[in-house]
Amino acid sequence: MFLSTLVIGLVLGGTYALIALGLTIQYGIARIMNLAYGEITIAGAFFVLMLVSAMGLSPILGLILVVPLGFAISWLVYGVVLHPLVKRATHGGQLEIDSILVTFGLMFLAQGLFTMFFGSEFKGYNWLQVPVNLLGAKIAAGRMLGLVIAVLIGGGLWIAMQRTRWGVNLRAVANHPEFAPLVGIDRDRAARMAFGLGGGIAAAGGAVLSMYQPFTAIDGGFLTMKALVIVIMGGVGNLGGALMAGLLIGVVEAFVSYAIDPGLTLAATYAIFLGVLLWRPKGLFA
Amino acid sequence: MSKQFGILAFVVLTAAMAALPFGIGEYGHGVLVGMMSYIVLASAWALFSGPTRYVSLATVAFFGIGAYTVAVLADHLPFGAILVVAGVIGLGVALLVGMATLRLAGVYFVIFSFGLAELVRQLITWFETSVTHTLGRYIFVEITTVQIYWLLLGLAVITLALRWWIEQSRLGLAVHAIGDDETVARHAGVNVTGVKLALFAVSSVLITLAGAIQAPRWTYVEPSIVFNPTISFITLVMALLGGPGRMWGPVAGAVPLYFLFEWIATRFPDQNAVILGLVFVAIVFLVPGGLLSLIDKWRARGSGEQSHA
Repeated sequence: MFLSTLVIGLVLGGTYALIALGLTIQYGIARIMNLAYGEITIAGAFFVLMLVSAMGLSPILGLILVVPLGFAISWLVYGVVLHPLVKRATHGGQLEIDSILVTFGLMFLAQGLFTMFFGSEFKGYNWLQVPVNLLGAKIAAGRMLGLVIAVLIGGGLWIAMQRTRWGVNLRAVANHPEFAPLVGIDRDRAARMAFGLGGGIAAAGGAVLSMYQPFTAIDGGFLTMKALVIVIMGGVGNLGGALMAGLLIGVVEAFVSYAIDPGLTLAATYAIFLGVLLWRPKGLFA
Repeated sequence: MSKQFGILAFVVLTAAMAALPFGIGEYGHGVLVGMMSYIVLASAWALFSGPTRYVSLATVAFFGIGAYTVAVLADHLPFGAILVVAGVIGLGVALLVGMATLRLAGVYFVIFSFGLAELVRQLITWFETSVTHTLGRYIFVEITTVQIYWLLLGLAVITLALRWWIEQSRLGLAVHAIGDDETVARHAGVNVTGVKLALFAVSSVLITLAGAIQAPRWTYVEPSIVFNPTISFITLVMALLGGPGRMWGPVAGAVPLYFLFEWIATRFPDQNAVILGLVFVAIVFLVPGGLLSLIDKWRARGSGEQSHA
Protein backbone atom coordinates (compact mmCIF):
# COMPACT_ATOMS: atom_id res chain seq x y z
CA MET A 1 0.00 0.00 0.00
CA PHE A 2 2.85 2.37 0.81
CA LEU A 3 4.34 2.08 -2.65
CA SER A 4 1.10 2.54 -4.57
CA THR A 5 0.17 5.55 -2.41
CA LEU A 6 3.59 7.01 -3.14
CA VAL A 7 3.12 6.50 -6.89
CA ILE A 8 -0.39 7.98 -6.81
CA GLY A 9 1.06 10.94 -4.93
CA LEU A 10 3.85 11.39 -7.47
CA VAL A 11 1.37 11.31 -10.35
CA LEU A 12 -0.84 13.89 -8.67
CA GLY A 13 2.24 15.89 -7.69
CA GLY A 14 3.49 15.78 -11.27
CA THR A 15 0.31 17.49 -12.45
CA TYR A 16 0.46 20.01 -9.59
CA ALA A 17 4.10 20.72 -10.40
CA LEU A 18 3.24 21.28 -14.06
CA ILE A 19 0.40 23.65 -13.18
CA ALA A 20 2.51 25.51 -10.62
CA LEU A 21 5.31 25.89 -13.18
CA GLY A 22 3.06 28.04 -15.34
CA LEU A 23 2.01 30.13 -12.36
CA THR A 24 5.55 30.70 -11.15
CA ILE A 25 6.46 31.93 -14.66
CA GLN A 26 3.48 34.29 -14.72
CA TYR A 27 4.05 35.62 -11.24
CA GLY A 28 7.84 35.65 -11.38
CA ILE A 29 8.20 37.36 -14.75
CA ALA A 30 4.98 39.24 -15.45
CA ARG A 31 4.71 40.05 -11.70
CA ILE A 32 0.96 39.60 -11.75
CA MET A 33 -0.76 37.52 -9.11
CA ASN A 34 -3.32 35.72 -11.24
CA LEU A 35 -6.17 34.37 -9.11
CA ALA A 36 -8.00 33.20 -12.25
CA TYR A 37 -5.09 30.92 -13.17
CA GLY A 38 -6.83 27.66 -12.27
CA GLU A 39 -9.73 28.63 -14.54
CA ILE A 40 -7.41 28.28 -17.57
CA THR A 41 -6.56 24.79 -16.31
CA ILE A 42 -10.23 23.87 -16.00
CA ALA A 43 -10.95 25.43 -19.41
CA GLY A 44 -8.24 23.14 -20.82
CA ALA A 45 -9.81 20.15 -19.10
CA PHE A 46 -13.28 20.97 -20.51
CA PHE A 47 -11.80 21.49 -23.98
CA VAL A 48 -10.18 18.06 -23.98
CA LEU A 49 -13.34 16.53 -22.52
CA MET A 50 -15.37 17.92 -25.44
CA LEU A 51 -12.87 16.65 -28.01
CA VAL A 52 -12.86 13.19 -26.44
CA SER A 53 -16.56 12.71 -25.67
CA ALA A 54 -18.16 14.66 -28.54
CA MET A 55 -15.70 14.06 -31.37
CA GLY A 56 -14.02 10.86 -30.24
CA LEU A 57 -10.52 12.26 -30.57
CA SER A 58 -7.54 11.17 -28.47
CA PRO A 59 -6.72 13.11 -25.29
CA ILE A 60 -3.13 13.32 -26.50
CA LEU A 61 -4.28 15.28 -29.55
CA GLY A 62 -6.36 17.41 -27.18
CA LEU A 63 -3.25 18.13 -25.12
CA ILE A 64 -1.37 19.28 -28.22
CA LEU A 65 -4.24 21.53 -29.33
CA VAL A 66 -4.97 23.00 -25.92
CA VAL A 67 -1.53 24.52 -25.31
CA PRO A 68 -1.66 27.19 -28.05
CA LEU A 69 -5.26 27.86 -27.03
CA GLY A 70 -4.30 28.47 -23.41
CA PHE A 71 -1.43 30.64 -24.60
CA ALA A 72 -3.72 32.72 -26.82
CA ILE A 73 -6.39 33.24 -24.15
CA SER A 74 -3.86 34.30 -21.53
CA TRP A 75 -2.05 36.54 -24.03
CA LEU A 76 -5.38 38.23 -24.77
CA VAL A 77 -6.32 38.55 -21.10
CA TYR A 78 -2.99 40.21 -20.43
CA GLY A 79 -3.33 42.56 -23.38
CA VAL A 80 -6.96 43.54 -22.84
CA VAL A 81 -7.46 43.42 -19.07
CA LEU A 82 -4.11 43.53 -17.30
CA HIS A 83 -1.94 45.72 -19.52
CA PRO A 84 -4.17 48.79 -19.00
CA LEU A 85 -3.78 48.25 -15.24
CA VAL A 86 0.02 48.01 -15.62
CA LYS A 87 -0.03 51.30 -17.54
CA ARG A 88 -2.33 52.96 -15.01
CA ALA A 89 -0.45 51.91 -11.88
CA THR A 90 1.70 54.62 -10.36
CA HIS A 91 3.59 52.18 -8.15
CA GLY A 92 4.03 48.43 -7.72
CA GLY A 93 1.65 48.21 -4.78
CA GLN A 94 -1.22 49.67 -6.76
CA LEU A 95 -0.68 47.17 -9.60
CA GLU A 96 -0.55 44.31 -7.13
CA ILE A 97 -3.89 45.26 -5.56
CA ASP A 98 -5.55 45.97 -8.91
CA SER A 99 -4.41 42.71 -10.47
CA ILE A 100 -5.48 40.66 -7.44
CA LEU A 101 -8.92 42.26 -7.56
CA VAL A 102 -9.41 42.04 -11.29
CA THR A 103 -8.27 38.41 -11.58
CA PHE A 104 -10.51 37.53 -8.62
CA GLY A 105 -13.37 39.00 -10.66
CA LEU A 106 -12.28 37.03 -13.72
CA MET A 107 -12.22 33.87 -11.63
CA PHE A 108 -15.84 34.41 -10.67
CA LEU A 109 -16.77 35.24 -14.24
CA ALA A 110 -15.10 32.12 -15.64
CA GLN A 111 -16.61 29.84 -12.99
CA GLY A 112 -20.03 31.28 -13.80
CA LEU A 113 -19.52 30.63 -17.52
CA PHE A 114 -18.32 27.05 -16.94
CA THR A 115 -21.30 26.32 -14.71
CA MET A 116 -23.66 27.83 -17.27
CA PHE A 117 -22.33 25.70 -20.11
CA PHE A 118 -21.31 22.47 -18.40
CA GLY A 119 -23.39 22.33 -15.21
CA SER A 120 -22.00 21.85 -11.72
CA GLU A 121 -21.61 18.05 -11.62
CA PHE A 122 -18.36 16.12 -11.86
CA LYS A 123 -17.23 15.64 -15.45
CA GLY A 124 -14.70 13.26 -16.95
CA TYR A 125 -14.06 10.49 -19.43
CA ASN A 126 -12.59 7.02 -19.25
CA TRP A 127 -9.23 6.56 -20.87
CA LEU A 128 -6.48 3.98 -20.46
CA GLN A 129 -7.92 2.48 -17.29
CA VAL A 130 -5.85 -0.73 -17.77
CA PRO A 131 -3.84 -1.24 -14.62
CA VAL A 132 -0.07 -1.20 -15.02
CA ASN A 133 2.07 -3.05 -12.54
CA LEU A 134 4.79 -0.79 -11.22
CA LEU A 135 7.06 -2.17 -8.46
CA GLY A 136 4.14 -4.18 -7.13
CA ALA A 137 1.70 -1.25 -7.16
CA LYS A 138 -1.21 -1.29 -9.61
CA ILE A 139 -1.67 2.10 -11.29
CA ALA A 140 -4.03 3.00 -14.16
CA ALA A 141 -2.08 3.53 -17.38
CA GLY A 142 -3.64 6.99 -17.87
CA ARG A 143 -2.22 8.16 -14.56
CA MET A 144 1.24 6.88 -15.44
CA LEU A 145 1.11 8.65 -18.78
CA GLY A 146 0.00 11.82 -16.99
CA LEU A 147 3.14 11.73 -14.88
CA VAL A 148 5.36 11.10 -17.91
CA ILE A 149 3.80 14.02 -19.82
CA ALA A 150 4.14 16.35 -16.84
CA VAL A 151 7.81 15.43 -16.48
CA LEU A 152 8.44 15.85 -20.21
CA ILE A 153 6.83 19.31 -20.41
CA GLY A 154 8.41 20.46 -17.15
CA GLY A 155 11.84 19.19 -18.13
CA GLY A 156 11.63 20.65 -21.64
CA LEU A 157 10.64 24.01 -20.25
CA TRP A 158 13.46 23.94 -17.75
CA ILE A 159 16.03 23.24 -20.46
CA ALA A 160 14.55 25.99 -22.65
CA MET A 161 14.76 28.47 -19.77
CA GLN A 162 18.33 27.51 -18.90
CA ARG A 163 19.84 27.02 -22.34
CA THR A 164 18.19 29.35 -24.86
CA ARG A 165 18.56 33.08 -25.43
CA TRP A 166 14.81 33.39 -25.01
CA GLY A 167 15.00 31.73 -21.60
CA VAL A 168 17.86 33.94 -20.50
CA ASN A 169 15.82 37.04 -21.39
CA LEU A 170 12.86 35.83 -19.37
CA ARG A 171 15.04 34.93 -16.40
CA ALA A 172 16.71 38.31 -16.56
CA VAL A 173 13.34 40.02 -16.22
CA ALA A 174 12.42 37.70 -13.36
CA ASN A 175 15.64 38.26 -11.42
CA HIS A 176 16.33 41.95 -12.08
CA PRO A 177 13.32 43.62 -13.66
CA GLU A 178 14.87 47.07 -13.33
CA PHE A 179 18.14 46.15 -15.08
CA ALA A 180 16.71 44.03 -17.91
CA PRO A 181 15.85 47.04 -20.11
CA LEU A 182 19.49 48.23 -19.81
CA VAL A 183 20.65 45.23 -21.83
CA GLY A 184 17.99 45.72 -24.46
CA ILE A 185 15.24 43.44 -23.17
CA ASP A 186 11.70 44.65 -23.78
CA ARG A 187 10.11 44.13 -20.39
CA ASP A 188 6.60 44.56 -21.64
CA ARG A 189 7.05 41.91 -24.30
CA ALA A 190 8.68 39.56 -21.82
CA ALA A 191 5.75 40.02 -19.42
CA ARG A 192 3.22 39.32 -22.15
CA MET A 193 5.18 36.28 -23.31
CA ALA A 194 5.45 34.96 -19.77
CA PHE A 195 1.76 35.42 -19.13
CA GLY A 196 0.84 33.59 -22.32
CA LEU A 197 3.37 30.85 -21.68
CA GLY A 198 2.03 30.34 -18.17
CA GLY A 199 -1.49 30.06 -19.61
CA GLY A 200 -0.34 27.46 -22.14
CA ILE A 201 1.18 25.38 -19.35
CA ALA A 202 -1.95 25.82 -17.21
CA ALA A 203 -4.09 24.47 -20.06
CA ALA A 204 -1.69 21.55 -20.57
CA GLY A 205 -2.04 20.79 -16.86
CA GLY A 206 -5.81 20.75 -17.29
CA ALA A 207 -5.53 18.32 -20.20
CA VAL A 208 -3.33 16.01 -18.14
CA LEU A 209 -5.65 16.27 -15.13
CA SER A 210 -8.68 15.34 -17.24
CA MET A 211 -6.91 12.14 -18.34
CA TYR A 212 -7.17 10.51 -14.93
CA GLN A 213 -9.46 12.55 -12.68
CA PRO A 214 -13.03 13.90 -12.86
CA PHE A 215 -13.40 17.64 -12.24
CA THR A 216 -16.10 20.31 -11.73
CA ALA A 217 -16.70 23.81 -13.06
CA ILE A 218 -15.48 25.40 -9.83
CA ASP A 219 -12.32 23.35 -9.23
CA GLY A 220 -10.13 26.15 -10.62
CA GLY A 221 -10.09 27.91 -7.26
CA PHE A 222 -8.54 24.90 -5.50
CA LEU A 223 -5.98 24.50 -8.25
CA THR A 224 -4.98 28.16 -8.06
CA MET A 225 -4.67 27.88 -4.30
CA LYS A 226 -2.49 24.78 -4.42
CA ALA A 227 -0.41 26.23 -7.25
CA LEU A 228 0.12 29.44 -5.25
CA VAL A 229 1.26 27.48 -2.20
CA ILE A 230 3.64 25.44 -4.39
CA VAL A 231 5.00 28.62 -6.01
CA ILE A 232 5.72 30.17 -2.60
CA MET A 233 7.26 26.92 -1.33
CA GLY A 234 9.52 26.63 -4.35
CA GLY A 235 10.41 30.31 -4.34
CA VAL A 236 8.71 32.73 -6.78
CA GLY A 237 10.06 32.26 -10.32
CA ASN A 238 12.12 29.20 -9.34
CA LEU A 239 11.19 26.42 -11.80
CA GLY A 240 13.15 23.64 -10.09
CA GLY A 241 11.69 24.68 -6.75
CA ALA A 242 8.15 24.54 -8.12
CA LEU A 243 8.76 21.02 -9.49
CA MET A 244 10.07 19.72 -6.18
CA ALA A 245 7.37 21.45 -4.12
CA GLY A 246 4.64 20.20 -6.47
CA LEU A 247 5.74 16.60 -6.12
CA LEU A 248 5.98 17.01 -2.35
CA ILE A 249 2.44 18.41 -2.07
CA GLY A 250 1.11 15.60 -4.26
CA VAL A 251 2.74 12.91 -2.13
CA VAL A 252 1.59 14.48 1.14
CA GLU A 253 -1.97 14.75 -0.19
CA ALA A 254 -1.97 11.14 -1.28
CA PHE A 255 -0.82 9.94 2.15
CA VAL A 256 -3.24 12.16 4.08
CA SER A 257 -6.03 11.01 1.79
CA TYR A 258 -5.11 7.34 2.31
CA ALA A 259 -4.22 7.35 6.00
CA ILE A 260 -6.61 9.94 7.46
CA ASP A 261 -9.40 11.26 5.22
CA PRO A 262 -9.71 12.39 1.57
CA GLY A 263 -11.59 15.44 2.85
CA LEU A 264 -8.49 16.81 4.56
CA THR A 265 -6.15 17.25 1.58
CA LEU A 266 -6.55 21.01 1.56
CA ALA A 267 -5.87 21.13 5.29
CA ALA A 268 -2.63 19.21 4.65
CA THR A 269 -1.60 21.71 1.96
CA TYR A 270 -2.34 24.55 4.35
CA ALA A 271 -0.41 22.96 7.20
CA ILE A 272 2.65 22.75 4.94
CA PHE A 273 2.06 26.32 3.77
CA LEU A 274 1.88 27.52 7.37
CA GLY A 275 5.18 25.78 8.12
CA VAL A 276 6.83 27.40 5.11
CA LEU A 277 5.53 30.84 6.13
CA LEU A 278 6.85 30.45 9.65
CA TRP A 279 10.28 29.04 8.82
CA ARG A 280 11.19 29.80 5.20
CA PRO A 281 8.91 32.48 3.71
CA LYS A 282 11.33 32.98 0.80
CA GLY A 283 10.90 29.36 -0.27
CA LEU A 284 12.32 26.00 0.76
CA PHE A 285 15.27 26.25 -1.60
CA ALA A 286 16.24 29.88 -1.06
CA MET B 1 -19.55 70.04 8.62
CA SER B 2 -18.74 70.43 12.28
CA LYS B 3 -18.13 67.50 14.57
CA GLN B 4 -21.29 68.06 16.66
CA PHE B 5 -23.44 68.26 13.57
CA GLY B 6 -21.92 65.03 12.25
CA ILE B 7 -22.67 63.16 15.48
CA LEU B 8 -26.22 64.55 15.57
CA ALA B 9 -26.82 63.47 11.96
CA PHE B 10 -25.46 60.02 12.77
CA VAL B 11 -27.81 59.65 15.77
CA VAL B 12 -30.83 60.81 13.76
CA LEU B 13 -29.95 58.44 10.91
CA THR B 14 -29.57 55.53 13.33
CA ALA B 15 -32.95 56.29 14.94
CA ALA B 16 -34.59 56.47 11.52
CA MET B 17 -33.05 53.15 10.51
CA ALA B 18 -34.22 51.60 13.79
CA ALA B 19 -37.81 52.79 13.12
CA LEU B 20 -37.81 51.45 9.54
CA PRO B 21 -39.31 47.98 10.27
CA PHE B 22 -42.52 49.44 11.74
CA GLY B 23 -44.11 50.43 8.44
CA ILE B 24 -43.46 47.22 6.52
CA GLY B 25 -44.32 43.53 6.56
CA GLU B 26 -42.38 40.31 7.07
CA TYR B 27 -40.93 40.27 3.54
CA GLY B 28 -39.59 43.79 4.02
CA HIS B 29 -37.98 42.74 7.31
CA GLY B 30 -36.04 40.03 5.47
CA VAL B 31 -34.83 42.56 2.92
CA LEU B 32 -33.74 44.93 5.70
CA VAL B 33 -31.76 42.14 7.42
CA GLY B 34 -29.98 41.29 4.17
CA MET B 35 -29.12 44.91 3.49
CA MET B 36 -27.93 45.65 7.02
CA SER B 37 -25.86 42.46 6.99
CA TYR B 38 -23.96 43.62 3.91
CA ILE B 39 -23.56 47.11 5.38
CA VAL B 40 -21.81 45.49 8.36
CA LEU B 41 -19.76 43.08 6.23
CA ALA B 42 -18.57 45.72 3.75
CA SER B 43 -17.79 48.25 6.50
CA ALA B 44 -15.98 45.68 8.64
CA TRP B 45 -14.01 44.46 5.62
CA ALA B 46 -12.98 48.03 4.82
CA LEU B 47 -12.04 48.69 8.44
CA PHE B 48 -8.97 46.53 7.86
CA SER B 49 -8.52 46.43 4.10
CA GLY B 50 -9.33 50.10 3.35
CA PRO B 51 -6.50 51.94 5.08
CA THR B 52 -3.94 49.09 5.10
CA ARG B 53 -4.68 48.11 1.45
CA TYR B 54 -4.40 44.43 2.33
CA VAL B 55 -6.97 42.60 0.21
CA SER B 56 -8.73 40.04 2.39
CA LEU B 57 -10.61 37.29 0.56
CA ALA B 58 -11.56 35.54 3.81
CA THR B 59 -14.82 37.32 4.71
CA VAL B 60 -17.01 34.23 4.52
CA ALA B 61 -14.54 32.19 6.58
CA PHE B 62 -15.36 34.34 9.62
CA PHE B 63 -19.01 34.79 8.68
CA GLY B 64 -19.37 31.02 8.49
CA ILE B 65 -17.51 30.46 11.77
CA GLY B 66 -20.03 32.76 13.46
CA ALA B 67 -23.05 31.05 11.91
CA TYR B 68 -21.76 27.56 12.62
CA THR B 69 -20.94 28.38 16.25
CA VAL B 70 -24.62 29.27 16.71
CA ALA B 71 -25.66 26.03 15.02
CA VAL B 72 -23.54 23.98 17.42
CA LEU B 73 -24.38 25.82 20.64
CA ALA B 74 -28.00 26.88 20.04
CA ASP B 75 -29.43 24.14 22.29
CA HIS B 76 -26.91 24.60 25.09
CA LEU B 77 -26.44 28.33 25.76
CA PRO B 78 -28.50 31.54 25.68
CA PHE B 79 -28.11 33.51 22.43
CA GLY B 80 -26.14 36.35 24.05
CA ALA B 81 -23.58 33.92 25.46
CA ILE B 82 -23.27 32.20 22.08
CA LEU B 83 -22.46 35.54 20.45
CA VAL B 84 -19.63 36.02 22.94
CA VAL B 85 -18.26 32.53 22.24
CA ALA B 86 -18.50 33.13 18.46
CA GLY B 87 -16.63 36.41 18.82
CA VAL B 88 -13.87 34.74 20.83
CA ILE B 89 -13.48 31.94 18.26
CA GLY B 90 -13.36 34.49 15.42
CA LEU B 91 -10.73 36.44 17.35
CA GLY B 92 -8.63 33.32 17.88
CA VAL B 93 -8.69 32.34 14.20
CA ALA B 94 -7.92 35.93 13.13
CA LEU B 95 -4.92 36.13 15.49
CA LEU B 96 -3.60 32.78 14.28
CA VAL B 97 -3.91 33.71 10.59
CA GLY B 98 -2.68 37.24 11.19
CA MET B 99 0.39 36.21 13.17
CA ALA B 100 1.41 33.74 10.46
CA THR B 101 0.98 36.10 7.51
CA LEU B 102 0.81 39.78 8.45
CA ARG B 103 4.48 40.13 9.37
CA LEU B 104 5.29 39.16 5.76
CA ALA B 105 4.52 40.90 2.46
CA GLY B 106 0.88 41.38 1.46
CA VAL B 107 0.74 38.53 -1.08
CA TYR B 108 1.17 35.87 1.60
CA PHE B 109 -1.87 37.22 3.37
CA VAL B 110 -3.87 37.26 0.13
CA ILE B 111 -2.95 33.64 -0.65
CA PHE B 112 -3.78 32.50 2.85
CA SER B 113 -7.09 34.33 2.93
CA PHE B 114 -7.94 33.04 -0.56
CA GLY B 115 -8.36 29.49 0.71
CA LEU B 116 -9.21 30.08 4.36
CA ALA B 117 -12.98 29.67 3.98
CA GLU B 118 -12.53 26.41 2.07
CA LEU B 119 -10.05 25.19 4.68
CA VAL B 120 -12.40 25.92 7.59
CA ARG B 121 -15.30 24.34 5.70
CA GLN B 122 -13.26 21.16 5.07
CA LEU B 123 -12.17 20.96 8.70
CA ILE B 124 -15.72 21.36 10.03
CA THR B 125 -17.13 18.88 7.50
CA TRP B 126 -14.46 16.36 8.44
CA PHE B 127 -15.06 16.89 12.15
CA GLU B 128 -18.84 16.57 11.80
CA THR B 129 -18.76 13.46 9.62
CA SER B 130 -16.06 11.52 11.43
CA VAL B 131 -16.24 12.71 15.07
CA THR B 132 -19.78 13.91 15.86
CA HIS B 133 -21.51 12.10 12.93
CA THR B 134 -23.97 14.95 12.40
CA LEU B 135 -23.50 16.86 9.17
CA GLY B 136 -26.11 19.59 9.10
CA ARG B 137 -27.80 21.04 12.17
CA TYR B 138 -31.09 22.71 13.00
CA ILE B 139 -31.15 26.06 14.77
CA PHE B 140 -34.05 26.91 17.05
CA VAL B 141 -33.55 30.28 18.71
CA GLU B 142 -36.42 32.45 19.98
CA ILE B 143 -35.75 35.63 18.02
CA THR B 144 -37.77 37.63 15.50
CA THR B 145 -36.53 38.98 12.17
CA VAL B 146 -36.91 42.54 13.45
CA GLN B 147 -34.77 41.75 16.50
CA ILE B 148 -32.09 40.35 14.22
CA TYR B 149 -32.28 43.55 12.17
CA TRP B 150 -31.83 45.69 15.29
CA LEU B 151 -28.86 43.63 16.41
CA LEU B 152 -27.26 44.06 12.99
CA LEU B 153 -28.00 47.79 13.07
CA GLY B 154 -26.25 47.96 16.44
CA LEU B 155 -23.29 46.10 14.97
CA ALA B 156 -23.22 48.52 12.01
CA VAL B 157 -23.20 51.49 14.40
CA ILE B 158 -20.32 49.92 16.37
CA THR B 159 -18.39 49.24 13.15
CA LEU B 160 -18.79 52.79 11.83
CA ALA B 161 -18.06 54.33 15.24
CA LEU B 162 -14.90 52.24 15.51
CA ARG B 163 -13.80 53.39 12.07
CA TRP B 164 -14.46 56.99 13.02
CA TRP B 165 -12.61 56.64 16.30
CA ILE B 166 -9.61 54.98 14.61
CA GLU B 167 -9.42 57.72 11.97
CA GLN B 168 -9.34 60.31 14.76
CA SER B 169 -6.73 58.62 16.89
CA ARG B 170 -2.99 58.09 16.60
CA LEU B 171 -3.80 54.55 15.47
CA GLY B 172 -5.45 56.02 12.36
CA LEU B 173 -2.29 57.95 11.52
CA ALA B 174 -0.25 54.78 11.89
CA VAL B 175 -2.67 52.79 9.75
CA HIS B 176 -2.61 55.31 6.93
CA ALA B 177 1.19 55.44 7.10
CA ILE B 178 1.25 51.66 6.59
CA GLY B 179 -1.13 51.92 3.64
CA ASP B 180 1.03 54.62 2.01
CA ASP B 181 4.41 53.00 2.53
CA GLU B 182 5.07 50.19 4.96
CA THR B 183 8.84 50.63 5.07
CA VAL B 184 8.57 54.34 5.84
CA ALA B 185 5.99 53.62 8.54
CA ARG B 186 8.31 51.06 10.12
CA HIS B 187 11.19 53.51 10.17
CA ALA B 188 8.96 56.17 11.68
CA GLY B 189 8.54 53.86 14.67
CA VAL B 190 5.13 52.37 13.89
CA ASN B 191 4.66 48.83 15.18
CA VAL B 192 3.51 47.76 11.72
CA THR B 193 2.70 44.12 12.43
CA GLY B 194 0.91 44.95 15.67
CA VAL B 195 -1.31 47.59 14.06
CA LYS B 196 -2.22 45.34 11.14
CA LEU B 197 -2.92 42.43 13.46
CA ALA B 198 -5.14 44.54 15.72
CA LEU B 199 -7.21 45.88 12.83
CA PHE B 200 -7.55 42.47 11.19
CA ALA B 201 -8.69 40.99 14.51
CA VAL B 202 -11.31 43.70 15.11
CA SER B 203 -12.60 43.43 11.55
CA SER B 204 -12.78 39.62 11.76
CA VAL B 205 -14.67 39.65 15.08
CA LEU B 206 -17.27 42.03 13.61
CA ILE B 207 -17.72 39.77 10.56
CA THR B 208 -17.99 36.69 12.80
CA LEU B 209 -20.72 38.41 14.84
CA ALA B 210 -22.61 39.35 11.66
CA GLY B 211 -22.67 35.66 10.74
CA ALA B 212 -23.69 34.59 14.24
CA ILE B 213 -26.52 37.12 14.56
CA GLN B 214 -28.09 36.00 11.28
CA ALA B 215 -27.73 32.27 11.84
CA PRO B 216 -31.26 31.82 13.35
CA ARG B 217 -32.72 32.98 10.01
CA TRP B 218 -31.55 29.77 8.33
CA THR B 219 -33.10 27.20 10.74
CA TYR B 220 -31.07 24.53 8.92
CA VAL B 221 -27.31 24.98 8.60
CA GLU B 222 -24.68 23.01 6.74
CA PRO B 223 -21.06 23.96 6.06
CA SER B 224 -21.69 24.41 2.34
CA ILE B 225 -24.51 26.89 3.09
CA VAL B 226 -22.69 29.17 5.53
CA PHE B 227 -19.30 29.07 3.77
CA ASN B 228 -20.69 30.25 0.44
CA PRO B 229 -17.80 32.06 -1.37
CA THR B 230 -20.25 34.42 -3.08
CA ILE B 231 -20.61 36.25 0.25
CA SER B 232 -16.90 37.17 0.29
CA PHE B 233 -17.10 38.25 -3.30
CA ILE B 234 -20.18 40.46 -2.90
CA THR B 235 -18.75 42.10 0.22
CA LEU B 236 -15.60 42.98 -1.70
CA VAL B 237 -17.55 44.39 -4.67
CA MET B 238 -19.66 46.58 -2.38
CA ALA B 239 -16.74 47.98 -0.42
CA LEU B 240 -14.81 48.71 -3.61
CA LEU B 241 -17.73 50.43 -5.33
CA GLY B 242 -18.26 52.87 -2.47
CA GLY B 243 -14.55 53.23 -1.72
CA PRO B 244 -12.92 51.31 1.15
CA GLY B 245 -10.73 54.26 2.08
CA ARG B 246 -13.63 56.20 3.57
CA MET B 247 -15.88 55.65 6.55
CA TRP B 248 -19.15 55.86 4.56
CA GLY B 249 -17.76 54.34 1.36
CA PRO B 250 -18.77 50.71 2.03
CA VAL B 251 -22.29 51.81 3.09
CA ALA B 252 -22.65 53.84 -0.11
CA GLY B 253 -21.63 50.76 -2.10
CA ALA B 254 -23.60 48.19 -0.10
CA VAL B 255 -27.09 49.73 -0.26
CA PRO B 256 -27.51 50.14 -4.05
CA LEU B 257 -25.61 46.94 -4.91
CA TYR B 258 -27.65 44.89 -2.44
CA PHE B 259 -30.86 45.78 -4.25
CA LEU B 260 -29.23 45.37 -7.67
CA PHE B 261 -27.90 41.90 -6.78
CA GLU B 262 -31.23 40.83 -5.27
CA TRP B 263 -32.89 41.82 -8.52
CA ILE B 264 -30.25 40.02 -10.63
CA ALA B 265 -30.48 36.88 -8.47
CA THR B 266 -34.26 36.60 -8.99
CA ARG B 267 -34.26 37.76 -12.61
CA PHE B 268 -31.18 35.89 -13.95
CA PRO B 269 -30.52 33.08 -11.44
CA ASP B 270 -28.35 31.11 -13.89
CA GLN B 271 -26.20 34.00 -15.06
CA ASN B 272 -25.80 35.41 -11.55
CA ALA B 273 -22.08 34.67 -11.16
CA VAL B 274 -21.25 35.90 -14.65
CA ILE B 275 -22.98 39.24 -14.10
CA LEU B 276 -21.36 39.65 -10.67
CA GLY B 277 -17.95 39.01 -12.22
CA LEU B 278 -18.54 41.58 -14.97
CA VAL B 279 -19.79 44.21 -12.50
CA PHE B 280 -16.71 43.60 -10.40
CA VAL B 281 -14.21 43.95 -13.25
CA ALA B 282 -16.00 47.09 -14.42
CA ILE B 283 -15.69 48.63 -10.94
CA VAL B 284 -11.94 48.00 -10.76
CA PHE B 285 -11.54 49.68 -14.14
CA LEU B 286 -14.00 52.54 -13.94
CA VAL B 287 -14.09 53.65 -10.29
CA PRO B 288 -10.69 52.63 -8.86
CA GLY B 289 -11.04 54.94 -5.83
CA GLY B 290 -14.73 54.20 -5.21
CA LEU B 291 -17.86 56.24 -5.88
CA LEU B 292 -17.28 58.71 -3.05
CA SER B 293 -13.90 59.67 -4.52
CA LEU B 294 -15.74 60.84 -7.64
CA ILE B 295 -17.47 63.51 -5.52
CA ASP B 296 -14.03 64.76 -4.47
CA LYS B 297 -12.95 64.90 -8.09
CA TRP B 298 -15.99 66.96 -9.03
CA ARG B 299 -15.38 69.30 -6.12
CA ALA B 300 -11.70 69.64 -7.01
CA ARG B 301 -12.62 70.39 -10.61
CA GLY B 302 -15.21 72.95 -9.49
CA SER B 303 -12.86 74.80 -7.17
CA GLY B 304 -10.08 74.59 -9.75
CA GLU B 305 -12.24 76.40 -12.29
CA GLN B 306 -13.19 79.00 -9.72
CA SER B 307 -9.60 79.80 -8.90
CA HIS B 308 -8.86 80.26 -12.59
CA ALA B 309 -11.73 82.71 -12.98
